[in-house]
Amino acid sequence: MSLLEIRDLRKHFPVGEGLFSRNKGAVKAVDGVNLTVEEGETLGLVGESGCGKSTLGRTILRLIEPTGGEVIFQGKNLLAMPQRELRDMRRQMQIIFQDPYASLNPRMRVGDIVGEGLEIHKLAKGKAKRERVIELLHQVGLREEHYDRYPHEFSGGQRQRIGIARALAVNPKFIVCDEPVSSLDVSIQAQIINLLQELQEKMHLTYLFISHDLRVVEHISHRVAIMYLGKIVEIAKSDTIYQEAKHPYTRALLSAVPIPDMSKKKERVVLEGDVPSPVNPPSGCTFHPRCSYREAICDKIEPPLEFYAGGHGVSCHVFGPNKRA
Amino acid sequence: MKAEALLDVAMPRSASPSRWRAYGRQFLQNGLGMFGAAISLLITAIALVAPLIAPYDPIQVNPDKIFEARSWSHWLGTDELGRDLFSRLIYGARISFFIGIVAVVFKTIVGTAVGLVTGYFEGAVDHVLMRLLDVLYAFPRTLLALLILAIVGPSIPALIFVIGLGGIPQFARIVRGAVLSAKQNEYVVAARSLGSTSSHILWRYLLPNVSAPILILSSLSLARAITAEASLSFLGLGVDPTLPTWGGMLRAGGPYLRLYPHLAIFPGLLIMLAVLGFNAMGDAIRDILDPRMLSRVRGGRAG
Repeated sequence: MSLLEIRDLRKHFPVGEGLFSRNKGAVKAVDGVNLTVEEGETLGLVGESGCGKSTLGRTILRLIEPTGGEVIFQGKNLLAMPQRELRDMRRQMQIIFQDPYASLNPRMRVGDIVGEGLEIHKLAKGKAKRERVIELLHQVGLREEHYDRYPHEFSGGQRQRIGIARALAVNPKFIVCDEPVSSLDVSIQAQIINLLQELQEKMHLTYLFISHDLRVVEHISHRVAIMYLGKIVEIAKSDTIYQEAKHPYTRALLSAVPIPDMSKKKERVVLEGDVPSPVNPPSGCTFHPRCSYREAICDKIEPPLEFYAGGHGVSCHVFGPNKRA
Repeated sequence: MKAEALLDVAMPRSASPSRWRAYGRQFLQNGLGMFGAAISLLITAIALVAPLIAPYDPIQVNPDKIFEARSWSHWLGTDELGRDLFSRLIYGARISFFIGIVAVVFKTIVGTAVGLVTGYFEGAVDHVLMRLLDVLYAFPRTLLALLILAIVGPSIPALIFVIGLGGIPQFARIVRGAVLSAKQNEYVVAARSLGSTSSHILWRYLLPNVSAPILILSSLSLARAITAEASLSFLGLGVDPTLPTWGGMLRAGGPYLRLYPHLAIFPGLLIMLAVLGFNAMGDAIRDILDPRMLSRVRGGRAG
């Protein structure tokens, strides 16, 4: 059994909703996502900004209430769970945020930020809490004397470590990493990524690693899912994605990753136009207006996510396993 | 000193309990604010120790001493029932202040609670409560107060209620707005993901975030509450007329304005002074806690 199974998850944000105004439509931030995450793996989730990847991460944890679907975590549907039970369940699943400035309460000491989960779940109090927090600070590369300081006394990278320690405090199994390195300097990015990998091995953690940076995801992920306009368009093992990407969107994304080797010439696929509005997404395959391989069928029928051998899923009429065009 | 200043520029988001000490220092340097605070403190002190410093019983009627002029035994003279004006003014501070402060506490607590709940939960609760408050807001305050006092009859609790009631929508709106923006902070989301209950988040995360606007608003509305009490007393809807309040004394002195103007002038002066003092203090608090507003008012000079 997978640790986490997501079935047809949807989150539509209503537009122009009010007491007297009629519902004018919805932003389909997450629109029918199916995913499984195995225990101990890192699943990378990549997409442009606004494609719904952060919303997906937060909807899984029910930090945003989904519109529909199922999230089965350790055999239990989180979406059908009453609040009280869900609060206990939150011990098992945590989140690390993108912005290390906004994600720490400026009015609380580091020790209280990291130890809050311990108190909420009554895991440790007083002296035991202090000891456990100091242990956590050591684990993420901070020191004991940081316990009584305030977040504004730290750099971005250190703050991100505090955020990681807070997530680890309750001994979670699954952590959503919501662009944890996107706002850090490149030199600090590597440190944080190595820390996350180290912790994964030590504590047998499972990650959903959200990023718009394919380079970062390549390094840390076992499998990678590509998201476009609220849907998963391709999913495969990390190597497969980078070497045998099928979906035209994935290939365009990959061609945008800079390669340090100047002698290697590569084909640059430049996408035309902007990401369409998720309020009124294109018919059929939502990618068809920007796709240079589109066929007659593409704007009529939505391609399902179909699998090649080895769990390589592609949602495309032209490059999918069952060609229809 | 220099390094400290540099640090402030480099980390604009820094905010820790030490900033309250900095606010305190800023307040001490604010001339008008200190003037207001001095007046407010003085009047508060007088109200607190009224029985110790008042030379006469403020309610005691002396038919053989009516309309006495200023003298060594009656510093400000006596009124139409022979009561000592000075003693009545001192006791008046007590009742006027008590009503004003309790009314402000009442509207602060209710307004803040409504603002926190509507801002945090949104949805139907928000719609219903805020529309109710809109109705309250649209209703002229004095008219509403007159209406309620006419129905339930004037008494101290009724006065506190009607004075506080009119200010609730203002508090609720400001707190609600602050909560709507504060709850978007990722550290609030983080608290939820750790499994915090809603009440824990409201108390520990959102209330501290809205404490500055609450403090500004309540300090400014104290002056307003005192004028409201004076106005209602002046209109004859205040407390029992034998009890001394500044508004009530102003009204009682009205008919004798030509012959004995001091009966109305002294309570009027005190009301003016108290309002001035509280407003000056409130303005200073606002300038310190909300520097952006200062730069707007003074044409960006502070920026």
